[in-house]
Formats: sequence, structure tokens, C-alpha cells
Amino acid sequence: MRRVAITGAGTVNPLGRDVPETWAAMREGRCAIGPLALRDAERLGVRIGAQVRDWDETARFSRGEIALLDRFAQFALAAAAEAVAQAGLRFDGELGLRTGAVIGTSGGGLGTIDENYRLVYAEGKNRVHPFTVPRLMANAAASHLSMAHGLRGPTFAVTSACASSNHAIGLAFGMVRSGAATAMLCGGAEAMLCFGGLKAWEGLRVMSQTGCRPFSADRDGMVQGEGAAVLVLEEWEHARARGADILAELAGFAMAADAGDIVLPSAEGAERTMRAALADAGLDPADVDYVNAHGTGTAANDRTECAAIRAAFGPQAERLAVSSTKSMHGHLIGATGAVELLACLLALREGVIPPTLGPVVPDPDCDLDVVPDAARRARVRACLSNAFAFGGLNAVLALRAA
Amino acid sequence: MDTRQRVIAIIAEQALLDPGDVHEDMTLADLGIDSLGVVESIFAIEEAFDIAVPFNANDPSSSDFDISSVGAIVRAVERLVAEQR
Repeated sequence: MRRVAITGAGTVNPLGRDVPETWAAMREGRCAIGPLALRDAERLGVRIGAQVRDWDETARFSRGEIALLDRFAQFALAAAAEAVAQAGLRFDGELGLRTGAVIGTSGGGLGTIDENYRLVYAEGKNRVHPFTVPRLMANAAASHLSMAHGLRGPTFAVTSACASSNHAIGLAFGMVRSGAATAMLCGGAEAMLCFGGLKAWEGLRVMSQTGCRPFSADRDGMVQGEGAAVLVLEEWEHARARGADILAELAGFAMAADAGDIVLPSAEGAERTMRAALADAGLDPADVDYVNAHGTGTAANDRTECAAIRAAFGPQAERLAVSSTKSMHGHLIGATGAVELLACLLALREGVIPPTLGPVVPDPDCDLDVVPDAARRARVRACLSNAFAFGGLNAVLALRAA
Repeated sequence: MDTRQRVIAIIAEQALLDPGDVHEDMTLADLGIDSLGVVESIFAIEEAFDIAVPFNANDPSSSDFDISSVGAIVRAVERLVAEQR
């Protein structure tokens, strides 16, 4: 099996318009959660979120492009442009045939669906824009990435709610590792912060109206965010041969299902998936210094995840740093694992563990080192990034410092 | 039907029981109603009475809506109906 290098990373998310801005925000412990500015917000019960503010689509895309691009695809394209520029790869010729894109999303073009349902149901219109379907389809982001960069290899979308990004990255990893592809663009994109999208989430009554406080005794739910992150995965020797700057090694991946409840998490399923990811990467619990937690800030997730980490890491859990950066950028649902992978890169490459922004009120059910309140300098040799989705779908990535 | 009967009918439907088998001293767990069932019942109550029920599934016990028993729910709904009409 081949080794897999990460040679590019790009993002648009509530904390920043690119990776350097995002890393700066994670170092400083900045919170991007605030009042939602969107149409009909006054009719929402949940009025906070982590939006990508002042996104000017006309500055990046032509009118013709915008007609075809939902917000989630715009985020993906912007993130991919940064990642590809950093990797310094060109995909004309043979490499383009050996490179594809796998992008996770949960809602796809939900904003486009919302706007057009409004037109036909609420406003009584009898026709919608002819590009409504190509805008809203969940594979739109992956397809636009392939067209923008000339990627003619395996390209598709993955949708598994909050685990979409980790599944997408894991599948792309498998393709590079097996030799099916030389390089892959992968990650996630999400833009569900619209009236209809939030109404649906409101109904489940797991959203906080006050803030996202993972692992804190006073946590009262999740806060939704939006954005995208895209990584360039590259076969290790291919990257070395061209002298590429390797950001980190993607060393292992595991996915599994709880086969339990459609919304409640399972400690057993999470533990089993973390163990399998460690084994796939050839890592012992003692080798791992950081876990980027799923850490949604719901009562159920955080308690269950802490129990699962204790079970998977045994005594090593005592020295492990575990943080949830959702406290800063919110829960980007299908894009969240990709943005959280940037937090892992910050830890592996810069030796900075991003915090669980607080104040974190100690909770006996979450008695791990959750890196409360402020970022910390530490040498991180290897880390895990957890995603545990509604539907009982678990996906864990393992990374090693380059 | 009065408020009590309507609330019990909603809970009974969720529990797949006859309303006559649902008593005020029962808890939702006694009736086999899980966390999603609770959220669905509260939605049905909001629709039936045209009220907003303050309830966060993250911390049911600290919500301003007592779901500790069928009787507690009946009284909480009666209070909300009086307040919100």
C-alpha cells in the first residue's frame, strides 16, 4: 500500500476566508457564532449561527457562473482553488486522468431548494429558474471542482450527515493508498443556513439558542455553521519526487455503523471506530497526542464521546488533549470534518492545539483534558479526527506529522 | 374534550395505547416513549393547542416544561394554554 501525503489545504468558513486566517482564529480562540442575518430570521426560534459573513459572490464568480452555483458549491470552489494553489499541482495530461474529487455534503444546494420552494409554494409562481436542478444537486460541488481543475478521475459526492466530510476524505484516501488515483481533492461543503434548513433543525430541539459549549456542564445544544474545506491528497513518493511541501501524512481511516438509533450516539460504535482507525494507521494509543473531537455541544454526544475515548485509549486518555473546535466555527454538518482536519494540521504542523472555547464548566461526564478556553503549544506526533453522524454512522481519520 | 383528555389522547397515540390505559402518574418511559417520541409528542401538543412549548432535548429536566409524568405534562400544557391565549 502507498503512503498518502496532504500537500494542499483550502477553506472558506466562519473563522476565515483561507487557511491562514482560520489558523489565526483557532490560535487566538475566536468565536464566529453570532446573530443570524438571513431572510425571515424573525420567524426562527433559533437565531444564532456561524455564518460566512459578507460573502461577495460577484467578486469571485461571473454572472454566468453564479447562475449555476449554489452557495455550497461556491464555498467548495474557493476552498479548492486555495488547496490546489498550495499543492502546486497541474492536472493537464496524465495526472488529470489519475486525479478526482470526493466532496461530502449533507444538504447539497439546500438554499436553492429553499428559494425555489418559496417561489412556487409561497409566492404562487409557476416556474423556477432553469438551472435549479444543476444548482441543487448534491454532487454539484464535486463536479464543479472536476471542471475547474480538469480532474477526470473518480469524482462523486458523499452524504452521511455530520460524517460526510470524513467519509469523503476517507474514500479519497483509500483510492490514493490503493493506487486507483495518484492524487485526490476531497473535503466537504455545506450551506444550510437558510430559513427552511433551520426550521427543520429547530424541530428536533437539539439546537442551542445561547451558544456552542462542548464538554461544558452548561452546554445546551449545537449551533450550525457553514462553509467548506478541501484537501489535496497525493501519493507520498509522487509528492516527494517533486519536492512538495507535505503538510501531514494521512495515515489511517475507519468507518462503521452503530446499527442502533437514528439520532442517539453509541459509545460502543465510536470506540470501535477509533480503535479501527488507530489499527489502520499502525498507531498505538501512546503515539497519539491529540483528538479533534466531534464535540457537538449536545448533552448526548459529548458524554458518549468522552466515554468512547476513555474506552479506546485506556490509561493513555489521561494525557491526551481532546478539543472541539465547533465551539469556534459551529457545526458545519457535511463540511465539519474537513474544517476540523485543518485544526489537526495546525496541531501537527505548527504545534498548536486549538482550544475548546469556553468558559468550559467542568462536567464529571467529560473529565478529559479538553484544552479549555485557550490554544496550547504542544508537540503533536499523531492525531485522530472524529465524526459521528446522525444515523449512527462513524468515520475517524488518523494523521501523522510529516 | 378538555385539555387533559386531549393531552392524554396525544400521548396515547404516541405510545400506541388506548387513552384509557394512560394514567397521570405514569412517566413517558413507563409508556415506552423514547427521546424522539418526546419531541414528536411536544410537536403534536404545540399543533393541537396552538402554543409554543419551551423544551430543549439536551436537558429536559431544566427546560421550563415538566415532562416527569403524564399529569405534569397535562398541568404544564394547561398553564401554557392559559398564558398564551
